[in-house]
Amino acid sequence: MEPKSKARPLFDAPIVRRAVGDSFRKLDPRQQARNPVIFVVAIGATLTTIILIADLVRGNTVELAFNAQIALWLWFTVLFANFAEAMAEGRGKAQADSLRRARRELVARRLVGSNGRQKEEQVPASQLRRGDLVVCETGDPIPGDGEVVEGIASVDESAITGESAPVIRESGGDRSAVTGGTRVLSDRIVVRITAEPGSSFLDRMIALVEGAKRQKTPNEIALTILLSGLTIIFLLAVVSLRPFAAYAEAESGLTRATTSVPVLIALLVCLIPTTIGGLLSAIGISGMDRLIQRNVLATSGRAVEAAGDVDVLLLDKTGTITLGNRMATAFHTAQGVAQTDLADAAQLSSLADETPEGRSIVVLAKERYGLRGREVAEPHAQFVPFTAQTRMSGVDFAARNGTPAMTIRKGAADAVKRYVQELGGAFPAGVEDIVNGIAKGGGTPLVVARDRDVLGVIELKDIVKGGISERFAQLRQMGIRTVMITGDNPLTATAIAAEAGVDDFMAQATPEDKLQRIRAEQAAGHLVAMTGDGTNDAPALAQANVGVAMNTGTQAAREAGNMVDLDSDPTKLIEVVEIGKQLLMTRGALTTFSIANDVAKYFAILPALFATLYAVGGGDGPLSALNVMRLASPQSAILSAIIFNALIIVALIPLALRGIPYRPVGAAAALRRNLLVYGLGGLIVPFVGIKIIDLLVAALGLA
Amino acid sequence: MSALEIVQVVLYLLLLIAITPLLGGYMKRVFDGERTFLTPVLRPVENLIYRLSGIKPEVEQHWKEYTLALLAFNILGFLLLFVMQLLQGVLPLNPEGLPGVEPWLAFNTATSFMTNTNWQSYAGETTMSQLTQMVGLGVQNFLSAATGIAVVIALTRGLARKSAKTLGNFWADLVRSTLYILLPLALVFALILVSQGVVQNFDANVTATTLTGETQVLPQGPAASQIAIKQIGSNGGGFYNANSAHPYENPTPLTNFLEMFALLAIAAALTNTYGRMVGSTRQGWVIFAAMFALFAVLLGVMLLSEYSANPVLGVAGAMEGKETRFGVANSVLWAGATTSASNGSVNAMHSSLSPLAGGVALLNMLLGEVIFGGVGAGLYGMLVFVILTVFIAGLMVGRTPEYLGKKIEAREVQMATLAVLFPAASILLLTALATAVDAGLSSRLSAGPHGFSEILYTYTSATANNGSAFAGLNANTAFYNITLGLALWVGRFGVIIPVMAIAGSMVGKTVAPPSLGTFPTDRPLFVGMLIAVVVIVGALTFFPALSLGPVAEHFLLAAGQGF
Repeated sequence: MEPKSKARPLFDAPIVRRAVGDSFRKLDPRQQARNPVIFVVAIGATLTTIILIADLVRGNTVELAFNAQIALWLWFTVLFANFAEAMAEGRGKAQADSLRRARRELVARRLVGSNGRQKEEQVPASQLRRGDLVVCETGDPIPGDGEVVEGIASVDESAITGESAPVIRESGGDRSAVTGGTRVLSDRIVVRITAEPGSSFLDRMIALVEGAKRQKTPNEIALTILLSGLTIIFLLAVVSLRPFAAYAEAESGLTRATTSVPVLIALLVCLIPTTIGGLLSAIGISGMDRLIQRNVLATSGRAVEAAGDVDVLLLDKTGTITLGNRMATAFHTAQGVAQTDLADAAQLSSLADETPEGRSIVVLAKERYGLRGREVAEPHAQFVPFTAQTRMSGVDFAARNGTPAMTIRKGAADAVKRYVQELGGAFPAGVEDIVNGIAKGGGTPLVVARDRDVLGVIELKDIVKGGISERFAQLRQMGIRTVMITGDNPLTATAIAAEAGVDDFMAQATPEDKLQRIRAEQAAGHLVAMTGDGTNDAPALAQANVGVAMNTGTQAAREAGNMVDLDSDPTKLIEVVEIGKQLLMTRGALTTFSIANDVAKYFAILPALFATLYAVGGGDGPLSALNVMRLASPQSAILSAIIFNALIIVALIPLALRGIPYRPVGAAAALRRNLLVYGLGGLIVPFVGIKIIDLLVAALGLA
Repeated sequence: MSALEIVQVVLYLLLLIAITPLLGGYMKRVFDGERTFLTPVLRPVENLIYRLSGIKPEVEQHWKEYTLALLAFNILGFLLLFVMQLLQGVLPLNPEGLPGVEPWLAFNTATSFMTNTNWQSYAGETTMSQLTQMVGLGVQNFLSAATGIAVVIALTRGLARKSAKTLGNFWADLVRSTLYILLPLALVFALILVSQGVVQNFDANVTATTLTGETQVLPQGPAASQIAIKQIGSNGGGFYNANSAHPYENPTPLTNFLEMFALLAIAAALTNTYGRMVGSTRQGWVIFAAMFALFAVLLGVMLLSEYSANPVLGVAGAMEGKETRFGVANSVLWAGATTSASNGSVNAMHSSLSPLAGGVALLNMLLGEVIFGGVGAGLYGMLVFVILTVFIAGLMVGRTPEYLGKKIEAREVQMATLAVLFPAASILLLTALATAVDAGLSSRLSAGPHGFSEILYTYTSATANNGSAFAGLNANTAFYNITLGLALWVGRFGVIIPVMAIAGSMVGKTVAPPSLGTFPTDRPLFVGMLIAVVVIVGALTFFPALSLGPVAEHFLLAAGQGF
C-alpha cells in the first residue's frame, strides 16, 4: 500500500525559474482582482510608489529612504504571494507539458462504410468525432478516448499513468476504455471514439493540472469572503485612525502628523490577512497536485474538498479489502479418502480452469503434495466448463489403456450432491459438516467428486490484505465508517468483515443496492465515497459525494465519477480522503496563524506611530509603553513588521505546497495539536521574528 | 475591598449560574408552546390577544416573512413613540405640563427605545411626561426586549431544525415572550421595588424645603414599573436622569443587588433555553461559560484597577462619581454588568471609573455586547461569533466546518462577517467624524484622551445598543442626536438582518450525525477558542482607538497626569 508517487523535489530549479517569471506576469490587475487581500496590498504598493515619486519630483527628501523601503517591501509582499501561486501552478504545468507531448498530432485510421464493406482512411486525430470507429494495430497510438468494440490488445498507458507495465484492453466487460495518447503494443482493436476533440480525457487532464479552468471551491469562496470582510474591517480601523490621531496630535500640541500615508498603508497591509490571502490559492492547487502525484485525477477542486468531508467509505471487498480473488487454502477429505487422492482429483479438475481460483487449486496441490500439472490436453480428456446451470466444472476421461473412464466434478455442495445422487452415490454426512464449517468461517467450499464418490472439499478463502484492519481502525478514529460491499452470501461476508475490521458490510450487493445504500447514507447526513469500475457502477459513482473510477474501468464509469485513479488501486480511496482532509487542515491552520499574527504587529506599529503623543516634558509619550518588544526606533519597528509580513509568506510556501503534517487522529486531538502549533505559534512567532528583523534593520542602518 | 463586598460579588456570580437553568428551562417551555405553571392564567389571555389581532400562531414564517414582520412592527413602534413625544404637551397624564419634545431628540429617543438601547440624550424627569414614560417608553421597553428574544429564538430554531423551511411565527414569539416572561418578571420585580420605597404614582412633583433652607424638587411618577422592565429587559433607560444612582430608582442595598442581578438574568438564562432547544444543554453551557469567563475576568480587571492606588488622587477606590451609598465594588459590579449586558442603566458615572475600568466598560461594548449582552441580542451576537469560530478553527480538523451538524458555508460566513462589520463601521466612522468636526468636539467635557474616550464611548454605546453614558459629553445636540440615531439603527438591524439570514439559510440544511471526526463544540477547548475569537476580533478592530483613549490615559495616569 505504499503510495506510488512521482515526487518532484519541492523547489525544482526549472519550476522555480518559471515561477519567478510568473510572479511578475501575475501583477496584471485582472489576475490580482481574483484575490481581494493581495489586491489591496497591490493598490497600497501603487499608492506608496506614487507618493514616493511625487516626493522625488518635489525634492521632498524627508523620509524618502524610509518610504522607498516601505514601497519595496509592499511590492515584495505582492510578488511573494504571486510566487506562491506560481509555484503551485508550476508543478502542474510541468506535468501538463509532459502530457502535451503525448497529444501531439496523431494520425487516425478511421473506418468508413457500413458493415461488411468497411474501408480505412487516414485522418488527423483532431477531426475524429464521437461515434467514429478507428483501427489500432501493433505500434499505433490510440487517437482519442474511446471504447474497444472489437478485439483485445495490450496497451502502453505510461504516457498517462507513468506506469510502464502494459495493460490489457478488450471489447465488452469492464476493461474496454482506452485513452487517447496511449499506444497499442500488440494485436488489433477497433475503437469507437467517445469524446469530441478538445474534450478528451487528456485535454481535461491538462486543463486540470495547469489550473487553467480552476474555479474556487465552496470552502475557498467562504474563506475568501471572511478574509475580504476582515480586510474591510481593518481598512476601517486604519482609515479612522487618521482622524483619531489628528485629534490626539491637536490635543498634545504636535504640529507634525504622526501618521503618514505610507505608514498607514504599511499598518493596513500588516493587519489584513496577507499570509493566508497570499497562500490560499497555492494551498488549493497543491492539494490537487498531491492527488496527481498519487496518480489520481480529480475533475474539480470541489471533489478534493468533498473528500475531506467524507465520513462513509463504501469499499469493494475484492481488490480493496482482500487480495484479488479467493484462493484455495486447504483440502478436507471425506472419511476414508487419502489426502493425495483428493488433491490429485482437485488438480486434474482445475487444470483447464483459468480462473484465479482454479489456478490457486493447482498451485496448492503442487505445494502441499508435490503434484505437478500434467499434460492433459490429450484427446481422451475432455474439460467441462462451469455453467450457471450445472454450477460445476470438471473433466471427463475416456477409458484408455486399461484405465477405466472417469469423471471428476467440483462445484457448489448442493450441485455436487445432486450430481452424485443422480449417479446413485451418497453424499456423506461428514462432508456436509465440513461444508458448513467452511461456510461459517467465511470460506467457500468446493466439493470434489470422482464418479459417484465424494472425495472431499476444497476450501477457498479470501485473503485479507495485510495491515488493512489497522488502516480501518485509523479511519474509525478519524470518524470515518467503512462499509464493505460484496457479492458473497451473508455468512461469508460476516466472517471477512470481522477479519478485516470494517464497520459494516453489504452482502449479496447488486449495483442497485449500492446506489440505494449511498442515497440512504446521504439522507442521514453522511458524505459517501466509493470506487467503481464497471458500467453498472456508474449511477452509484455519480451519486456518491466522491466517486473514484478506476482507470481500467469503462468509459461510463470514468465519466460518472469525479475522480479517476490512474493506477486503478481501490485502496487509494483512503489516501484520497486523507489528502482532502490535509487540504482543509492546511487552510484552517494558516488562517488561524495569519489572524493570530496581527497581535504582534499591533504591538510593533502602534507604539511606533504614537510614541510622541501626549508626551510630558520632552520624553516619549505614554503609548511608548506598548513597545513591549523594545524595538530600536519607530521607523525600524514599522519596517520590521512589514518585512516580517512579507517574508512569512515565503517561509510558509513549503507548508502550503506540502500541506501541514497529517496524522490519522480524531477531530479533538487534531484540533488541540493544530491550535497549539498554529494558533499559539501564530501569536508568538511574529514577536520573535519582528524583534530579530528589527535588530538586523538597526544593525544595517536601514532605519 | 471589604470581605462583605467580596461576598457580594461572589454571591452575584453564583446566583447568575443558578438562575440560568431555572429560567432557561421555563423559557424553553414557553417557546415550544409547552405547559408551564402560568399557562392556566395566561393561555386565555394569549388566545384572546391572538383572536383580537388576527394572529395565527401555528402559521409558520420563512425567514424573510419573519424579518419583515419584525421590521414592520419595530418601525411602527418607532413612529408611534416619535409622534407621542412631539404631541405630549397636549396629551393627558402630564402633571408637570411638559412641552412636546424637540424633533431630533424625539427621533433619537424613539430610535433608542425601539432598539432596546435606551440611550437618553435628555433628563427623564424634566423632558418626558408620565404618559410618554409609561405608554411610550415603557411599552417599548417590553417590545424591544421581546423583539431581541424573538430573533434569538428564530435563530435557535434555524440551527435546531433539520431540513426545514420556517422559523416560527414572529407574532406568537413576541406575544409569548412578553406575556409569559417579561410581564410576570416585571410585575414581581416592580412590587419588590415598591416595597423597598421606589416611587409608583401619578402625582406631580413635590417641592420640599431642606434643613439648610433650600428648596428641593422630589420627582414623582410611575417609576417602579418602568425600572423593573428597564433592568429585566436590558433596556436601561432611567425614569430619572441619574438613573439608578437616584434614590427613588434604587433606594436600598437590596434593590441595588436585585437591579444588578435582573439586568443579566434573562440574557444568561437564554443560553440554557438555547441549549435545550438545540437538544444539548452542553451547547448552551459552553456559550454561558464563554460569556461568564469573559465577564468574570473583565470584572476582575475593573475591580483591580479601581482598587489600586490612583497616582494622581493618591487614594485607592476613589469615590468621586461612584454610588456613595453602596460603595465602589457595587459601582464597579454594576458598571461591568450593565456594559456587558447591553443594559446601560448606571448607578455610578462611568466617566469617574479609573481609566482601565472605564476602558473595560468600553471594551465590554466594543466586543459586540456578547458577554451576556442584551436580552436575545447578546446570545444571537455570540452565536455569530460561534459561527466565525467554527469556520476559522473548524477547518483545522480537516472537514468543512460544521456547527450542530450543519455545514457553515459561504452564505453564513458572509452574513456573520456583515454582522461584525456593520457595527464596527458605525463605531469607527462616526467616532472619526465626531473627532474631526467642531460639532462633535464641542460637546466634550474633558480634553486629551479622556475627551476622546467620551466620544468613542458614546458611539459605542449607541451602536452596541447599550445606552449607558460615559457622562461628560453633552449629547443633546442635533449633531449627536442624528449621528447617534444612525448608530442605533445600524447597530440594531445591521446585526438582526444578517442573523435572520443566517437562521434562514441554516434551517434548510441537513444535519450530519456527529462522529469522532466532527469538530467538537461542546467542550472546554471550544470555550477557549470562542473567547479568543471574540477578544481577537474585537481587539484587532478597536485596539488603535482604545490605545488613543483609555490606554493612553492609563499610562498618563501612571505617569501622574489625570484628566
